[in-house]
Amino acid sequence: MIEVRLPSSLVALFPGTERRMTRPDVASVQALIETLDAEHPGMRDRLCEPGPVLRPYINLYVDGEPAELDSPLHPGATVHILPAVAGGASSL
Amino acid sequence: MTKRMLILVGTKKGGFILDGDEGRRQWSTRGPLNEGWPIRHLTSDRRTGTIYAGGGSEWYGPAVWRSDDLGASWSHSSQGLTYGEDGPAIETVWNVTPGADALYAGVAPAGLFRSVDGGLRWEHVKGLTDHPSRPTWQPGAGGLCLHSIVPHPSDPSKMWIAISAVGTFATEDGGETWEPRNSGVRADFLPETYPVTGQCVHKLVMAAGRPERLYQENHCGTYRSDDEGRTWVSLEDGLPSTFGFPMVAHPRDAETAYTIPLNGDSTGRYMPEGHAAVWKTTDAGDSWTDLRAGLPQEGAFLTVLREAMAVDPLTPHGVYFGTTSGELFGSDDEGATWRTIAEHLPSISSVETLVIDA
Repeated sequence: MIEVRLPSSLVALFPGTERRMTRPDVASVQALIETLDAEHPGMRDRLCEPGPVLRPYINLYVDGEPAELDSPLHPGATVHILPAVAGGASSL
Repeated sequence: MTKRMLILVGTKKGGFILDGDEGRRQWSTRGPLNEGWPIRHLTSDRRTGTIYAGGGSEWYGPAVWRSDDLGASWSHSSQGLTYGEDGPAIETVWNVTPGADALYAGVAPAGLFRSVDGGLRWEHVKGLTDHPSRPTWQPGAGGLCLHSIVPHPSDPSKMWIAISAVGTFATEDGGETWEPRNSGVRADFLPETYPVTGQCVHKLVMAAGRPERLYQENHCGTYRSDDEGRTWVSLEDGLPSTFGFPMVAHPRDAETAYTIPLNGDSTGRYMPEGHAAVWKTTDAGDSWTDLRAGLPQEGAFLTVLREAMAVDPLTPHGVYFGTTSGELFGSDDEGATWRTIAEHLPSISSVETLVIDA
């Protein structure tokens, strides 16, 4: 099983999600996001821009290492999805 | 039947809803809603009471939010709200407007989207962004934003939209093709004062009961058209400046409209000399009266953005505006007197009203 850690700001957008979830093994980060999107429609659009590519201020780590959508996942991997810090952003 | 009245306020840190009644004297505030996302436009479909919020998160992108229970719970979607893999990423939603046939959303970079299922799935209205002038569209200081959507009240084939630093466009075939309608509108910031496109319209609205009459507040003046936007006449005589953002029309009288002039595009963009005022015409812009009673007249360096003024449909109707410094002012007597309704809100992007049966 893959352990998925979601940020609280994403959990707030999708009722039924939790900060810490496990999902069946899949081969890549993109496949994991597809799994999450199937369970919680719209989650892919919150994390990815068309392409798809990760949104500029969404950081994703596999076992603590920076990852992209095409990064492979091994059984038992831990995936952190984290919004980037944005101190000083004029829009905020 | 008694009425319940809501003021819908979009802010930089989420939507807020002020609950009141027909008396319009006591308000309770709910918010921040929408998980604190920057909300450019919090509005409603007055036919159904459904509330919509358009905005975008720095992290999670653009979305249209929907509430069927007056803001108690929300869903959000941006499915189809995209220019595709080869197009620019959509930054945020600037405007959400219900039409007779669909729900419409204006976004940045400028484009129009429509949804026939209440905002769950969106379809790009390509006819507008396929216009031959598209390569010349350049963003203004607020971005390349489609901020005004004006559907014809009875003919779904007709619609007007406005884009900052690009101008007003109209369709008469349901969005398949569009034509610029900027004749008579100045673009003082361009080498050619009266180009076909490039005008910096700030807000476009329709007069009540007269679909051929449009008003616009512009970077370079205030205008009226009586021929569906084909030609425009300047209304700036009698106003204290040629720069402002919001414009709203009376809910029933086509001769009456309101605007809030600011001191200029490069001099601070606040109310002239720090004296707060709303300006009203009752003769379709031939003359203007300043409305100040109850508004701060000293040190009020207030800025009101394009979507941040509204009227309500009651009689006499109310007028409301919100500032970038978080104050919400309201009048329940058509602008004659004003009160502070809320203070210390986040920077206000939009103000709308919704009246429903209690």
